[in-house]
Amino acid sequence: MADRPAAAAPRRVLALGATSSIAQATLRLLAERHASFFLVGRNAQKLAAVRDDLLTRGASAATAFVADLDDTGAHPAMLAQAVTVLGGLDVALIAHGVLGDQAEAEKDFAAAEAILHTNFLSAVSLVTWLANYFEAEHRGTIAVISSVAGDRGRKSNYVYGASKGGLNIFLDGVRNRIDRAGVNVLTIKPGFVATPMTAHLPRGPLFAQPAQVAKHIVRAIDKRRDVAYVPPFWALIMLVVRSIPRRVFKKMNM
Amino acid sequence: MDNSGSNEEQAPRFESWGRYPKLQADVVPLHWAADFPLQHPPASKQLPVGLGRSYGDVCLLENGTLLETSGMDRLVHFDAATGMLRCEAGVSLQQILAFAVPRGFFLPVTPGTKYVTVGGAIANDIHGKNHHVAGTFGRHVLRFELVRSDGARFVCSPIENPEWFAATIGGMGLTGLITWAEIHLRPIVSRKIEYRGEKFHGIDEFFALSQAAASEYTVAWIDCVSTGHNFARGIFMQGDHSETPGPLTKSKEPKLTFPIDLPEFALNRFSMATFNSLYFHKQLGKQKIGPVDYEPFFYPLDAVLHWNRIYGKQGLLQFQNVLPHESGREGMIEILKAITKSGLASFLAVIKFFGDVPSVGMMSFPKPGPMLALDFPIRRDVSFDLVDRLARITLEHGGRMYSAKDARMTPEQFQAFYPQWQEFSRYVDPGFDSAFWQRVTGRRPLVG
Repeated sequence: MADRPAAAAPRRVLALGATSSIAQATLRLLAERHASFFLVGRNAQKLAAVRDDLLTRGASAATAFVADLDDTGAHPAMLAQAVTVLGGLDVALIAHGVLGDQAEAEKDFAAAEAILHTNFLSAVSLVTWLANYFEAEHRGTIAVISSVAGDRGRKSNYVYGASKGGLNIFLDGVRNRIDRAGVNVLTIKPGFVATPMTAHLPRGPLFAQPAQVAKHIVRAIDKRRDVAYVPPFWALIMLVVRSIPRRVFKKMNM
Repeated sequence: MDNSGSNEEQAPRFESWGRYPKLQADVVPLHWAADFPLQHPPASKQLPVGLGRSYGDVCLLENGTLLETSGMDRLVHFDAATGMLRCEAGVSLQQILAFAVPRGFFLPVTPGTKYVTVGGAIANDIHGKNHHVAGTFGRHVLRFELVRSDGARFVCSPIENPEWFAATIGGMGLTGLITWAEIHLRPIVSRKIEYRGEKFHGIDEFFALSQAAASEYTVAWIDCVSTGHNFARGIFMQGDHSETPGPLTKSKEPKLTFPIDLPEFALNRFSMATFNSLYFHKQLGKQKIGPVDYEPFFYPLDAVLHWNRIYGKQGLLQFQNVLPHESGREGMIEILKAITKSGLASFLAVIKFFGDVPSVGMMSFPKPGPMLALDFPIRRDVSFDLVDRLARITLEHGGRMYSAKDARMTPEQFQAFYPQWQEFSRYVDPGFDSAFWQRVTGRRPLVG
């Protein structure tokens, strides 16, 4: 496959959850290629810092838009505005999400529901709109940051895992629907990344830096991949995790 | 092999580059300027830290809270007409180079590693091979924002809050958190450095070469192991940014990581002497002239990540001092003799003349005269005795030592080196402290 289609051309990028560490690192690489951005996040001050960073690094334009992505009712108007401001979209990166508190979610459905709403339902709402938009355009990329945790339910984080697992299946289906229209749906599955979301976890050798993960994400976007484990060694780890027989897996403390 | 008998405690989450002393602390990563002051202020004292490239305890605080700033790594603005860059304090010099070199700009002052943050560069008022013409890093800082632990925030520059500007540059992170800074980059037309290396034998040849040198960058590697007619031999290195337009590409990231902690016996008199001889003879002729890339010229050690592991898990002591011109020759000879006699020196000894460009920081280290910097492996009793002795010689000759490299100064020595310390202490944030500051103000005993 060709390695760099349109790498030189400016691209119009919509970033949902633009203040997440992985999103920021990815957008920086696209800014170096002079992309233009519509940045969505909850905190105006943080969004402004990200916008200034991208503009300084070479973005040809960047607009900050404050929104809580849990509010799915506001999605269509927001997305339509992004299309208007950028004059069309080439790439939509969905990067918002919460890790949540597994222990709390085990006891309290409301906590579990909040995780599922943010990670799964709000992403479904965004992808539904974006899939129809891109399908009509006959081009474009929907890149969604999911997680290796969606590959198999584990006792330590199955609510988060279920939100990402559900997302993976949804994206599989959307891909099969709109790939034939020339739209690329990319499911990104990061392993451990050193971000504020994982700041409470002890940093082992499997942790990757956001900048490192971002390089793999941009490569996957360029190559129009379907699924990308980032860094790629996680594909192997998850192959092993998925192949453990259930009768063994259920006794394990993962 | 340990310094304190049984010592199988868990390694601290944050270590300084010397990996000595090892002090436990909480680490709170800051990602945004608004993350500070902390929403739930800790009961303990706090200290901002960058990438942990200072060597001793200036970036440590036992049972305290280290505010890790490397997540605050956004650029804010760059003016290509003037070279003015505004960025958050956790941006590293490596990140600045990756941004600036392709745009035809370079750091105004750089130390021997690019893995330091802008905040750390200001807090230690770092210097580089161009000190004799450019002064310290602080001279190229136009403005920064300082946030105190009580939430007060103010912009500091030579004309806005100038006393806080002076106290914070070289202020070892103690005056508050720097959130962003503006620095002045310098234009370049190529990555290349026009290099010239010359061998010398003895201090007098080094002094003569330093006097005659006309380059922007000068530094010498000096053999601190050999004795007899090889005593104080070395290579005097100088360079200038090439004026011939050349490549302005981004550097590749290093792939090599030093994989393990070497055992203590790996560094001994024999292996050090061999290394020093090989290094001296690597350059075959008396002179070597030609263009080189800036990476090996400025950052030879950055090519191997975690090179400090070569000293083993017990770590290393770094010593860096400067002596005044009047007593420089005599004092350096005395110091070099003490080092060669001990047989403890390693391969990383560097000697240079600081110039007379004044530092803007109240507590800045450089002053005019010869300066020497080198590492010692930590060997029970011997290394500490040697560094203590070097500190005494430095004091006798009217010199001073560098806080960012130190783990051994006594309060008496520090207070004699920096008589302005009491004035400085008025600017220390009441919520901040460091292991270094505790030690040199007599609140923490020397261990080891």
